[in-house]
Amino acid sequence: MSAPILIVDDEPAIRRILGAALHRSGWHCDEAGTADAGLTLARRAGCEVVLLDLGLPDRDGLELIPLLKAMGRAVIVLTARDATAEKVAALDLGADDYVTKPFDTEELLARIRTALRHRSGRASERVEVGALAIDLARYQVTLADQPVVLAKREFALLLELARNAGRVITHQALLRAVWGEAHIDDVEYLRVAIRALRRKVESDPAMPTVVINEPGIGYRLNLGG
Amino acid sequence: MNGNRPSPEALLKAARAEARGKLKILLGAAPGVGKTFEMLREGADLLRSGADVVVGVVETHGRADTQALVAPFALLPRRVIHHGAHTLEEFDLDAMLTRRPQVALIDEFAHSNAPGCRHAKRWQDVEELRDAGIDVITTLNIQHVESLNDVVASFTHVRVRETVPDACLEDAEIEVVDLPPDELIARLKAGKVYVPHEASRALGHFFSRANLSALRELALRRAAQAVDRQMLEQLRASGAAGQFAAGERIVVALGDQPGGEQLVRAAKRLADSWAAPWSVVTVETPHSATLDEAARQRIAAALELGAVLGAAIATIPAVDIAAGLADYARELRATTLVLGKSPGLPRFGHRRGVVVDRLSRELAEVTLHLVPLAPTRHARTGTIRQPLPWAGFGAGVLAIALTTLACVLLQRWVGSKPVDLLYIVPVVAVATRYGLRSALLTSVMAALAYNFFFLPPLYQFTISDPQNLVTFLVLTATGILVANLAGRLRRGERTGARVAIENAAIAGFGQQLASVSDAAGTAAIVATAVHELLGARTMVLMRDDDVLRAVAGEPAIVELDAIDDAAAGWVFERGEVSGRGSGTLNASDWQFHPLASALGVHAVLALSKADASVPLAAAQRTMFTTIKGQAALAFERIRLEREMRDLAVLRQRDKLRAALLSSIGHDLRTPLAALVAASGELAATSPDSPALQTLLGEARRLRRFFDDLIEMTRIEAGALEVRCEPVDLTDAVVGAAHDLRAELAGRQLVLDVPPALPLVLADPRLLHHILINLVGNAAKFSPDQAAITLRGERLSNQVRLVVLDEGPGLPPGEPDQLFERFTQASGSDRTGGSGLGLAIVKGFASAMGLTVEASNRTGGGAQFAIIWPADLIRRGSA
Repeated sequence: MSAPILIVDDEPAIRRILGAALHRSGWHCDEAGTADAGLTLARRAGCEVVLLDLGLPDRDGLELIPLLKAMGRAVIVLTARDATAEKVAALDLGADDYVTKPFDTEELLARIRTALRHRSGRASERVEVGALAIDLARYQVTLADQPVVLAKREFALLLELARNAGRVITHQALLRAVWGEAHIDDVEYLRVAIRALRRKVESDPAMPTVVINEPGIGYRLNLGG
Repeated sequence: MNGNRPSPEALLKAARAEARGKLKILLGAAPGVGKTFEMLREGADLLRSGADVVVGVVETHGRADTQALVAPFALLPRRVIHHGAHTLEEFDLDAMLTRRPQVALIDEFAHSNAPGCRHAKRWQDVEELRDAGIDVITTLNIQHVESLNDVVASFTHVRVRETVPDACLEDAEIEVVDLPPDELIARLKAGKVYVPHEASRALGHFFSRANLSALRELALRRAAQAVDRQMLEQLRASGAAGQFAAGERIVVALGDQPGGEQLVRAAKRLADSWAAPWSVVTVETPHSATLDEAARQRIAAALELGAVLGAAIATIPAVDIAAGLADYARELRATTLVLGKSPGLPRFGHRRGVVVDRLSRELAEVTLHLVPLAPTRHARTGTIRQPLPWAGFGAGVLAIALTTLACVLLQRWVGSKPVDLLYIVPVVAVATRYGLRSALLTSVMAALAYNFFFLPPLYQFTISDPQNLVTFLVLTATGILVANLAGRLRRGERTGARVAIENAAIAGFGQQLASVSDAAGTAAIVATAVHELLGARTMVLMRDDDVLRAVAGEPAIVELDAIDDAAAGWVFERGEVSGRGSGTLNASDWQFHPLASALGVHAVLALSKADASVPLAAAQRTMFTTIKGQAALAFERIRLEREMRDLAVLRQRDKLRAALLSSIGHDLRTPLAALVAASGELAATSPDSPALQTLLGEARRLRRFFDDLIEMTRIEAGALEVRCEPVDLTDAVVGAAHDLRAELAGRQLVLDVPPALPLVLADPRLLHHILINLVGNAAKFSPDQAAITLRGERLSNQVRLVVLDEGPGLPPGEPDQLFERFTQASGSDRTGGSGLGLAIVKGFASAMGLTVEASNRTGGGAQFAIIWPADLIRRGSA
């Protein structure tokens, strides 16, 4: 039986700190310094979340993502703050989320919790963000108990965000899900629809707290933290 | 095919157009439609939206309503020029260049400047303003457009001498100031149109209803054409012009009759409206050799006009016009052949009708386009009056004397009957050698000698027998026929030989050029070739670090004076001919020609003749144009080769620098990340330890400095990657607030971005960092509890995102200095940063094409505005 969390990073210092932070929150973890060692540990039963650094000595971390997803592991990528393209690539390959180095421990823990929740399938049915409630089974949206009337695309967009509540979804993924493959580059559509959506689901559309923007990457339904 | 790739020329053109000032032409059909009024109104609109607008020249003609419109503008004083007894006031170009406003209003685009100004024409002034990056709004009447000059004159019977080249209109935004003819006539009658006194009668005719309607139609059409053309340019730049490549191809055939320039202009209009490539050609036949100098100059001038208007030009050697044209048209795959149609009956021996018939038979798939040419009083086609061929006459007399002697001797053996045939020999011989006139004289003498010596009655000039009369006529006719034939053959040979020599010279020149690989060698070859062709003192000037230097000279390099330098500099700037005999700086002793290609002016050719008044001879002109073209191509090739080499070096250096940056970035960042995480972890386990809190705070600060340093290095290395996409400013603001929520805890953050704000183009990552820096900066320099506001707003032609704080405001001094590196507002020890924050803001902003402004708020506090110009705002997305 392996620990539920696996850290794959070639820097021993980072591994040690991460291990200490996770331990403090009551999680056990395994550590690996190379991609191959990481894959071996990830294959063991009981591994649920992999914290994956992309700059590994033996292989590009991006290559590992599809392999880990095929094993059914949640993947949270650790990246540098200016690596926008890398983040998008990781998400498009199936990574569940990313955390920017140097990271805030609390944020990392929140992301791990979200990833675990989605993995266990408990994220469906009903999502609540502040005063907004989305019933995924009945296709109902209420704001402070008042029903919200959404246009078709707005609803599809909110649904996509709610199904992945707490996780960032790339622009392209949102465009693909709502507008179809032909429009994955029409970021403008998305900006306009998000703006319309915010007008309806935010308590204060000028200071949104529900739909959060990740600059250059995508949107996230904010579950707090 | 590479049909979808943007052509480099189109991209270059677009890039060059971007840096230049924009030109807007308010085009009118006639004086009095309200162009000046409209120009001032647009200027006033710009003024209100905050632009710096200066009036360069406005002709108000004393009209009160127009004068009232001028009031709000800064007026540039006119330059006073004393010309003889007159005092003239002209537009002051240098004052405007010094004043350097955003927009200049310049009335009457087609105006001719007084002598003593830098340029002969006002449109040249405007071009210079645009080169300096100043936008210009100007006014123009349709009859002043070069290519429409003939058309307008043909129905108004008023020819204007002040014309503006079509090229000026091509990249301009053209707006037609339209007024229906009836209203214009009503305005004219009400005295609302300014008409100079002396011209009022002529203009009465000009302002007829029919004329005005025609002019109006021309103006509207020209404007539509400009729009078409600009669209096409854009398509070319975006690489979508594949379907235009295989369209029409026009060949214009110049004849020796007057009106060639008219023909070229007509063809230019055709080529413009079809966006077709076109060429202007002349056929050099044996007949051409007999043309007088005026006719040759005329053809050369028409060819040159074609070159100026953008056509390819060529001279085709051929035995006759129809054959030459047919071959050329087929070779070029021409779709349309444009020919002139002279008025009146075709002249004897010219047989233009025959040419057209033959062409239409031989070129079944080509459209023949006949342009009627207006009759002109002077300028008749002339042939050279050749001197009397005395040598031929002498030879004729001698030949006849010898023949007669031979006949007399022969008569003893064969009788007098067959000797008449013998007389054909001297006629043919003289005809072949000396031409028609000598042959005619010889045949007359032959007939007379035969009559005198052999026909009864002997030794008298009388003819009794009708048979003898026939003999006499046959001799004469034979002489004429043979002389004609031989003459043609000889001239054909001469033309062919001359063209062959020219071609050989050009080919040799080309080979010489290909054999050198440096600019100095090329310059030397060019100087020698031009000197040999024209016999003029020749120099080639090139620019080296902005200093103009003669690199080659034939026979020698001589010192140039200040005027020459200015004229040569002008050619470099503008790519136009200057100096002696041109419209610019013609006080110089030299004439300067650009050696230019699509990449710009590579070198300047300077010519000076002892007798400078002699223009280039027609035959030399075509050759000279060809040499210039080849030389320019050679210079271009050398420049491209050098740029390729430089680029390779640069790439290598960039690669190194990028590798260094990323390795330093990685090596330093990793231990820093561990340091921050470790101190965070420690601080979390014992939140009460002040030492651990300090450790965490300092570790974070170190990390921020380091990130700043890396970004600044990137900006300065030009290694910043910018990927712009449509961005909602609400998103940007929310993203920044979200990231800063820890730092801003307990502080009021006001996000005031109206939902109706349009999307703007920006790189989301860079914009995010700008906002983080600006908001962080605001927090740093204002009291702990003071609110920070992020406000989005739309002004007339820009979108602004402003960060406002309630701190002490900006330190004294130039606000712009804040954006320099390592500048910090004083007394900031407690919250100090790397001093790079604002420099990074500015670097990121300019990488995206944005500007940042810092100022003090009226109620206290500072504000920093990020400004999107109109072209980075997405329309209709609000």
